[in-house]
Amino acid sequence: MIELDAVSRSFNGRQVVSDLSFQVQKGEVLGFLGPNGAGKSTTMKMITGFLAPSAGHIQVAGINVAQSPVAVKMQMGYLPEGAPLYTDMEVGSFLKFIADIRQLRGIHRQKRLDEVVQQMELGAVWYQPIGTLSKGFIRRVGIAQALLHDPNILILDEPTDGLDPNQKHHVRQLIQELSHNKLIIVSTHILEEVSAVCNRAIIIHQGKKIIDDTPQALESRSRYYRAVSLRFDSHVDSGPIVSTLRHHAALGEIEQDHDHHVRVLSIDGQSILPTITELIRQHNWPVIDAYVERGRLEDVFRALTIEGADPNVLSASLHNKKVEVA
Amino acid sequence: MSESTMVSTFPRRQLWYLFKKEFHGFFLTPVAYVFTVIFLVLSMVFTFYLGNFFDRGQADLIPFFNFHPWLYLFFIPSLSMSLWALERQMGTIELLMTLPITKWQGVLSKFLAAWAFSGIVLVLTFPIWITVDYLGSVDHGVVLSSYVGSWLLAGTFLAIGCCVSVLTKNQIVAFLMTVLICFLFMVSDFPIVLDVFSEMPQSVVDFVVSLSMLQHFQAISKGVLALQDVLYFCLMIAVWLTATVILLEWKKAE
Repeated sequence: MIELDAVSRSFNGRQVVSDLSFQVQKGEVLGFLGPNGAGKSTTMKMITGFLAPSAGHIQVAGINVAQSPVAVKMQMGYLPEGAPLYTDMEVGSFLKFIADIRQLRGIHRQKRLDEVVQQMELGAVWYQPIGTLSKGFIRRVGIAQALLHDPNILILDEPTDGLDPNQKHHVRQLIQELSHNKLIIVSTHILEEVSAVCNRAIIIHQGKKIIDDTPQALESRSRYYRAVSLRFDSHVDSGPIVSTLRHHAALGEIEQDHDHHVRVLSIDGQSILPTITELIRQHNWPVIDAYVERGRLEDVFRALTIEGADPNVLSASLHNKKVEVA
Repeated sequence: MSESTMVSTFPRRQLWYLFKKEFHGFFLTPVAYVFTVIFLVLSMVFTFYLGNFFDRGQADLIPFFNFHPWLYLFFIPSLSMSLWALERQMGTIELLMTLPITKWQGVLSKFLAAWAFSGIVLVLTFPIWITVDYLGSVDHGVVLSSYVGSWLLAGTFLAIGCCVSVLTKNQIVAFLMTVLICFLFMVSDFPIVLDVFSEMPQSVVDFVVSLSMLQHFQAISKGVLALQDVLYFCLMIAVWLTATVILLEWKKAE
């Protein structure tokens, strides 16, 4: 449904997005990740037709964005970065304006306005000028504006930025509810969000795509993937236990946060819990907690996007590692 | 692809919806009210005090319309400075230009809303027309022609202001640049402008002279609504708005 073909964009000779290609289908929730300035927003601006690519083509639902921008814009809902809105307008008149421009008419127009106001909980601020609202409300008006015409395609640039934890949860839930019959692209730098709502993640760094995978597969690239954390009773001397673990051939590195908390890493993403439970049973260790970690996206993200690292080399090495695991 | 068949209708009435939003926008801030009151007060003050309206003993509105170009020189840029500069500064240009509208619809709606507003303010000066008619018999044709000329002049200033407003995110810069450009076009038949072109061929100088807004406005306000003067203003508006659309594509991303 959305197809980017070798898309590049430069500003004043500075390459912001280079040779980016990917396809997204209906039903996918694509998490767009990358450090600040990686080219996430620029890519979204090109998909929505705000910016023209310097090179390459973008097709949305079979329509070339550069050739028929209006037709493409009709099918899309877009929340720009920072949710810029007309601050002098009241929430109600702003949403009515969007409804008109989005060609909503009559009963359907009223129905959609009611639905969106309910979904984003905007009833209480209907008559308030947008400029007087809190950051969270402004973001919600921005999302409401993007949802109003019930578009097939939703492009949300940092939708949960500035929301409190409850509101974040609410928006994530909303994205999940919408996802079954839409194509959604969400940019974020909150990695937990990717695990929570996305079924696909693309990491871009210095304008290049370096990863395109499921969040689960990304987690499996973490060194902490399937690591087992153990917490001991505080009276116990953990020294002998650690030494036993360290010398066991089937277990990876041992990390010790403090005396009574030990993390055992897995080797090549193998499940090590059975081995460790067996050891606990054998030696009768006084373990209070034992749990398996999922892998940390932060870790993977950092490894891939560290300042000055060459994304090509990193992606190549990661690819190899993945082959090993498989 | 099956999705492409869903887009059968082209969005309609977009210009009207945009115009409505822009026009209401003037009244959401004190701008419209301050503008109207000060414009009306100043135009009367200028007419009666500087224009010697009564001493002349003539039943016409020449002193009234003579001051319009000079009033517009400062009033119109204050109306046009925010049109695009504010959109760019606030980032709302991204919201606006990703709605299903064309660039022309965006540019025209802002221009037309501001032009309509300036037209309403102009209409609100009607008491002076009634006053003159009460004091003596006035040539209504001349007055009407002058009003049309004045509105066209305002439109031209606005079109210039639109274009300058796209070029900057700073409203003050937009204001001052618009004042300057409008001033140069107003007096392009004065030595102040012509001296720059003194070394040029006569045809260039003639062309520059022919661009003088003041000349065309004065021709119309004498009561001769000649086609060439009306055409001049329409052409100026068209050229500056076209430039706005072109510059918008170039500047919107910055």
